[in-house]
Amino acid sequence: MTEAPHVVAEGTVLSFARGHRLQHDRVRDVWIVQAPEKAFVVEGAAPHILRLLDGKRSVGEIIQQLAIEFSAPREVIAKDVLALLSELTEKNVLHT
Amino acid sequence: MTLPSPPMSLLAELTHRCPLSCPYCSNPLELERKAAELDTATWTAVLEQAAELGVLQVHFSGGEPMARPDLVELVSVARRLNLYSNLITSGVLLDEPKLEALDRAGLDHIQLSFQDVTEAGAERIGGLKGAQARKVAAARLIRASGIPMTLNFVVHRENVARIPEMFALARELGAGRVEIAHTQYYGWGLKNREALLPSRDQLEESTRAVEAERAKGGLSVDYVTPDYHADRPKPCMGGWGQRFVNVTPSGRVLPCHAAEIIPDVAFPNVQDVTLSEIWNISPLFNMFRGTDWMPEPCRSCERKERDWGGCRCQAMALTGNAANTDPVCSLSPYHDRVEQAVENNMQPESTLFYRRYT
Repeated sequence: MTEAPHVVAEGTVLSFARGHRLQHDRVRDVWIVQAPEKAFVVEGAAPHILRLLDGKRSVGEIIQQLAIEFSAPREVIAKDVLALLSELTEKNVLHT
Repeated sequence: MTLPSPPMSLLAELTHRCPLSCPYCSNPLELERKAAELDTATWTAVLEQAAELGVLQVHFSGGEPMARPDLVELVSVARRLNLYSNLITSGVLLDEPKLEALDRAGLDHIQLSFQDVTEAGAERIGGLKGAQARKVAAARLIRASGIPMTLNFVVHRENVARIPEMFALARELGAGRVEIAHTQYYGWGLKNREALLPSRDQLEESTRAVEAERAKGGLSVDYVTPDYHADRPKPCMGGWGQRFVNVTPSGRVLPCHAAEIIPDVAFPNVQDVTLSEIWNISPLFNMFRGTDWMPEPCRSCERKERDWGGCRCQAMALTGNAANTDPVCSLSPYHDRVEQAVENNMQPESTLFYRRYT
């Protein structure tokens, strides 16, 4: 099986599609994405990635910033970031 | 004592007043009047208490929630509290200035109901002349505003054959999501069951239409089946008092919108008690929470934490005891009552009882 190419590249600039947003759930102490008539929990690195989406920074700039913040190799961060953002773009949670 | 996990969503029934009179309305047979409706300050307090308790999404519903002049204000309260706000509307009272005001207030999503794709079908169910054109106009305004929109179609034996046209209308109007919801047989729906319940063939046809549409992609489809044709019950409301809380126009707090048919229990009101106290410790919310209340065959069933014994209101309506297993379940000793209703449906009624104030 071959993997589908990512719809998101380092030059892409993304933001949340209308009707979607990242939010901290104080009561349950988890990060969630609010969406039309549902909400889903985002864990691990995902909230750190998603909070940087502002419709101005490119994906590459986000990777750069996280690599510095977490003192982690850029290629490791890049893999996680591209996978997550591609998945959420395919689901129309994010858009360019 | 550990507290139950908090609710995810609040259904705020702002009013039971509505320009339409659909015979499957989810409101109770005894509709609440305008004079009994909560005021803006009380609804604001309800929203604040809901957010504090852990509610994430508020669904402004009715009746027709746009009949309330304070809807825009309540949407901005929800926005301030970081609650995701969804407007569930018939669209017939929507115009451009009202939509702009809702948009500015921070409304997140709109669920717009359609009764049918044809004018005749829509007027037969909704009872309002010209409603279909107003709904189409409302959908175009919503689309232009950019607010995400779900079209909702309640289906039954009279319109179920037109599901493919419903999808076509949703695509034409630019809806991101469509909900095809078979009528649920409580309250008004139950009163009209002999006219509305689809045949097994119709149900299978509708399921095929939904699958075919999903295969096309580009449109997200929610599908709610009628449980009369099933042999295992639905996990009604995701379990009693587990995810969902409903506040009626007069402030009664319910685990589901049909729960007022449950006898011998007090329905707490937000005018007397806080939402958190009601959710956590009221007898109403605890009476069917979890699995301890279950009789056989539920008690020893491996599915008991999947379907939570099905629907309490259906057990009440069809067996006379809300603590019985949902009679949709083939393991219920009352399952023949559901089978009988399906069989009767070989000669359907054509008279409809329209929703109205008594």
